[in-house]
Amino acid sequence: MIATLTTGDFIRRNGLIIAFAAILAIVALSAPTFLTVGNLLGVLRQIAIVGTIAVGVTFVVISGRLDLSVGSGLTFLSVLVVSQHNQIGPAGALAVTLCCGLLIGACNGFLVAYLRFDSLIATLAMLSLLQGVTIWYSGGANVNVADSTTWFSFFGRGSVLGIPAPVLLLVLGAAVAGFVLMRTRFGRAVFAVGGNETASIFSGIAAPRIVFATYLISGLATACAAIIMGSRVMGAQSTIGQGYELTVLAGIILGGTSLLGGYGSIWRTIVGVAMLGFIENGLILMGFPYYVQWLVTWAIVIMAVWIDLAAKRGRLLA
Amino acid sequence: MTQSLTQPALSGHKGMARTILLRSHIWLFLLAACVFFSVVSPYFLTVNNLANVLTQSAFIGILAIGMTLVMINGEIDLSVGATLALACALAIGLHNGGASAPVAIAAALLAGTAMGLLNGSLVALSGMHSFVVTLGALIGIRGLVFVYTGGNALLVNDFEYTEIPEVYLGQISLTAMIFFALVLFFQWFLTSTRHGREAYAVGDNVEAARDAGIRVGRHKLINFTLCGFLAALSGVLLSMRLGTAEPQAGRSWELWAIIAVVLGGTRLKGGYGDMWRTLGGVLALAVVQNGLRLLNTPNYVELIVMGLVLLLALGLDRIMLLGTRKGE
Repeated sequence: MIATLTTGDFIRRNGLIIAFAAILAIVALSAPTFLTVGNLLGVLRQIAIVGTIAVGVTFVVISGRLDLSVGSGLTFLSVLVVSQHNQIGPAGALAVTLCCGLLIGACNGFLVAYLRFDSLIATLAMLSLLQGVTIWYSGGANVNVADSTTWFSFFGRGSVLGIPAPVLLLVLGAAVAGFVLMRTRFGRAVFAVGGNETASIFSGIAAPRIVFATYLISGLATACAAIIMGSRVMGAQSTIGQGYELTVLAGIILGGTSLLGGYGSIWRTIVGVAMLGFIENGLILMGFPYYVQWLVTWAIVIMAVWIDLAAKRGRLLA
Repeated sequence: MTQSLTQPALSGHKGMARTILLRSHIWLFLLAACVFFSVVSPYFLTVNNLANVLTQSAFIGILAIGMTLVMINGEIDLSVGATLALACALAIGLHNGGASAPVAIAAALLAGTAMGLLNGSLVALSGMHSFVVTLGALIGIRGLVFVYTGGNALLVNDFEYTEIPEVYLGQISLTAMIFFALVLFFQWFLTSTRHGREAYAVGDNVEAARDAGIRVGRHKLINFTLCGFLAALSGVLLSMRLGTAEPQAGRSWELWAIIAVVLGGTRLKGGYGDMWRTLGGVLALAVVQNGLRLLNTPNYVELIVMGLVLLLALGLDRIMLLGTRKGE
């Protein structure tokens, strides 16, 4: 049987790449300084934090859940890594932050996977809780890295062979995450649970355990992002991660990963987050005020999801 | 298994007592919170303070009314906080620009309604999930607010504008009265109009509702439009109370509105809930916030308590579901 490639199929398979190329072309043509190595590396450095979190949250979304707590989590963990750095040094601070990231993930995972709370509300409660914990921990004050000469500064400010360290970390994290999602039994189980949870349970998958694990990954990714953030800013304050959960979700949705679960990939998430980053950078280079990017994001998110949906069902309207 | 989640079954006297207890948990919680704060703070149980709580609760409360409508449909509206800011900025900006107060208010309400209509149309026409549509709108409408205000706070020139809501019935402010009137109206709307009853049908089972002849797309469109209008109304009232329009006004208030509605016991999955629950949730939220502030607790306690209360509400909801399933 010869498969005929319809327009719908073509858009569905290559739409994201076409859109990404189109946006790059438009931005490059309108802002001549866009295509300079310095600028591009700057944008990549900027999207590394959102990208790192988004890689983790992609697991949660593919399993059919949401994680709104990552913004608050980023705030808390950034404050934590900076204060611990001042108290117990860089190695201890990293260990504590990664452990706390896993702990936050475990709390979310326990509530959603084992108590079977609605993921939106449960992680919303965690958002509020973590905000409170942050202010309790820091007293609402800004924290700064006292000794900025330690190797801690590598994660946000360092570079290897001219490539910024945050970008390397993101690429490394994305590669590992992509491998786990696409090439391991666990990864396939995540898709199965998101696609049809009941069927996955009947086929012998321990769905709660899989969901729990996706939240652990999300927590760990948030901790990594917090380390990059703390190292880049060399400090933290109690609103530093506010709203990141929305940017992360917008990037994931833009990449075409379905919020209903069962479909998506790491590279799609990275492209989605990169698209948002390049649009933001391009608009600023073109001389627009920073808030114009929000209007463009609105239009692009709606268009991207609608076109994706229309291609799937072969009709524009529901 | 899941068919009778809309109306938890009453099975036997013991079951009934348990169900009533669990169904009205938000009012019991509110009562307990009021008793607790009355005992520990001498300032809580005063007419002045309680009247203040009512006024303060009205802004989130009016958002929560719209959210309840949408959530009974099984949808969600994340853009209400941004819509509130848009209405707030337009009302003050247009009034400063020479429009009379009624004209400015009408334009602000119209803009909010238009945003709701846009969200509703996108949900109905495209078949996208409302979470995606309104997440986009949350980002974009905030962008509109910044474009309109240039990112600066607007201060009203005409101070008579801030005196419009200074009408009191006893101690109760006009803002609070509007909130209660809307709760009453929309409760009537839900229980006694065709549209209201259809809201439950759509939220419970979309396919069945469609088969029964309900025009689901149009139905949801109406609810999103109402939600946008109510958000704008809350924004206009806020602009009068504050006399300023911050471009970041109402930021993350959509989350507080969702928390209030869920706290009341309305379910995110749709098909279940009413305005009394939402009123209970809104008041509980306001009483806890007010009480903790009277006790001079640092503000992180409030955030932690709200998170825990929300988890408690989710836990109760689960127990209630399990209880009804056993009763069948």
